[in-house]
Amino acid sequence: MTLSPAPYPEGVTEAAPFTADELEQIRAQFPILRRDLYGRPLVYLDSAATAQKPNRVIEAEAAFYREANAAVHRGAHTLAGEATELYEDARATVARFLAVDDDEVIFTSNATEGLNLIAYAIGNASLGQGGAAAAPYALSAGDEIVVTELEHHANLIPWQELAARTGATLRYIPVDDHGAIDVDAATGVIGARTRILAVSHVSNVTGAHSPLEQLVPLARAVGALVVLDACQSAPHLALHPRELDVDVAVFSGHKLYGPTGIGVLYGRRELLNALPPFLFGGSMITTVTMERAEYLPAPQRFEPGTPRIAQAIGLAEAIRFVTELGIDRIAASEHAIGEQLLRGLAEVPGIRVFGASIDAPRVALASVVVEGVHAHDAGQVLDNLGIAARVGHHCAQPLHRRLGATASLRISAGVHTTTDEIDQAIAAIAGVREFFGVTEATNR
Amino acid sequence: MSGLEQLYQQIIMDNSKAPHGFGLAEGDVTSHQRNPVCGDEVTLALRWSADGTHVEEVAWEGSGCSISQASASLFATLAAEDADAGTPWTADDLQVFIDEFREALRSRGQIPLDEERFGDAAALSGVSKFVARVKCAMLAWVAAEDLLTRKAAQG
Repeated sequence: MTLSPAPYPEGVTEAAPFTADELEQIRAQFPILRRDLYGRPLVYLDSAATAQKPNRVIEAEAAFYREANAAVHRGAHTLAGEATELYEDARATVARFLAVDDDEVIFTSNATEGLNLIAYAIGNASLGQGGAAAAPYALSAGDEIVVTELEHHANLIPWQELAARTGATLRYIPVDDHGAIDVDAATGVIGARTRILAVSHVSNVTGAHSPLEQLVPLARAVGALVVLDACQSAPHLALHPRELDVDVAVFSGHKLYGPTGIGVLYGRRELLNALPPFLFGGSMITTVTMERAEYLPAPQRFEPGTPRIAQAIGLAEAIRFVTELGIDRIAASEHAIGEQLLRGLAEVPGIRVFGASIDAPRVALASVVVEGVHAHDAGQVLDNLGIAARVGHHCAQPLHRRLGATASLRISAGVHTTTDEIDQAIAAIAGVREFFGVTEATNR
Repeated sequence: MSGLEQLYQQIIMDNSKAPHGFGLAEGDVTSHQRNPVCGDEVTLALRWSADGTHVEEVAWEGSGCSISQASASLFATLAAEDADAGTPWTADDLQVFIDEFREALRSRGQIPLDEERFGDAAALSGVSKFVARVKCAMLAWVAAEDLLTRKAAQG
C-alpha cells in the first residue's frame, strides 16, 4: 500500500495542531488521566464509547447543585429563575455550537433517546395525531425508510420498529468489503418511495466520514427527511446541520466531554412544530382539560417533565471547553493522531484494520481484528498495560457480520491523546499474537 | 505471576487451542448460551446414562474468546475424569459443581476453586479478578444449568 498524506477532514483547513505545551495543559484538565492502572499511567483510548470529563465540566454540574438548584420553567422564586436562565443559556450554547436557533435544540437523555423521539413522533403522525400539520410526515405501507449497513444499533432498531408499526419498509445502503458505504448502490436504494434517510455522520466502527455530500442530495431529490446520527462527529469536527442540509441531527453529551444523561436533538423548526410529541406530561402544554391537551411549540413540546438541568449545564460547559480549544484545531490535532494510528497499524503483521483506504477522511479511530485472537483476549492484553480500549461489536452487529467478524478491538482518541499513547497502543496490539502464541492466521 | 498470567494460565491457553469434548451429535439435547457483548457462543449437551441418572459425557461446540472456550473444554474434561474414576455426576452433583464454580468466579479473587474437586478447571480461578470476563467463563456452566432445569421440569 502506498501511503500519501491523508487529506484534512471536511471543513478543516489550515488550523494548527496543538503544541506539546498546549496538549500538556489540556491533559492537566482531566483529573482521571492522573490515575495509574497496574502501575502504569492510564492510557484512555475509548473516547468513542464515552469521553473523559475535564474538571470544569465536573465543577459546572456540581456548582449548579451547590448554588442554584431548582426546578426550571415553573415557580417564581429567585432560584427557579436562576435555574431556568442557566438551563436556557445551556440551550443557547448548544444552538451556537450547531449554528442553529435556540428553539431547534431539544435536550434528550442521550442520542438514542433523540433517535427514538423522532421515530416515535413520526409514528404518532402516522397514527393521525398532530392533524393536518403532521400528515405530510405520516408513513404507511409502500413508504420506505433507508439506513446504511454500518449504523449503530441506535440508528437502526428505532427504524425497524417504526417500519413495523406503520407498515413501511426498511431498506439499507450496503457497505463494501472494507466497511465503506457503497455510494453507487445508494442510487438504487434511495428512490421515489423513500421518506426518511437515517445515516451516521461518522462510523463508530471504521471512523470514516459518511459520503453525505452524495447521499443527502439523493434524499432531497425525492423529498425525504434526512436524520443524522452525529455522535461520532460532534466531538471531532464542526457540526453544522444546516450546512449539511439535514432535518434532524442527534448527539450525546457524554461523548463530547459532557455528563452522562444528556443528549441533543436538533430539528428544523417547521418539522419540530408540525410533529406530534413523543413523551407526554407537564411543562409541555398550553391548556389541559380532563379530555385533552394542547401542546407548546418546540422545544418544550418535546421536553415533558423536569428536564436534565444539571446535565444540560454541564454539557454547555463541555461545549465551551471544546469551542475555546477550537474545533478546527481539535480536528487538526486528531487528524495527525489518526494518521499516526492508521500508519502504525498498517505495519503490524497479522491484524486486519476495518475501513477503506488510509487516505479516506476519518476521525482518530480504528477497529482491528487480530488474526487468531478473539478481541476480548486482545483487549485484556491492552488493559494489563493500562490501556483502555473497547472490545466487542460496538453496537454494530450487522457491520461486523458483513466484515466477517463477531467482535473487534477499537482504539479511539480524544483531545488529550498523545502520540506516545498511540505508540503504546500500536506496540501493545503488535504484542498480542506473541502473548497468545499465535504465529499464523488460525482464526477459528 | 502477573494478573494477566493468572488469567491466561497455560492450561487455559492449551484448552482454548485444543478443546476437549468439542463436537455435538445428532440427537443431543443442547442449550445454546451467548454473550451478547462480544458474541461468545457455547452450545452444550449433557449425555446421560441410559437410566438417566448420571452424566457420562459433556459435549459442546462454540466460538469466542479463549476464556469461554477453555472453560467449556475444562468442564467437559472434568465430567469425563469423574466418569472415568467411577464417580459420574448425578444431577445433584452437577448442580453443586455449578454453584461452587459460580460462587468462586463471582468472589473477585476471594474464593479459589478447589483443585481436588475441579482438577485442571481450577485454573479458571484467576478469572474471578476480572469482572468483565466472569460471564465468558460461566457460559458453558450456565448451559449445563439450563439443561438441568429443563430435565427437572420434565420429571
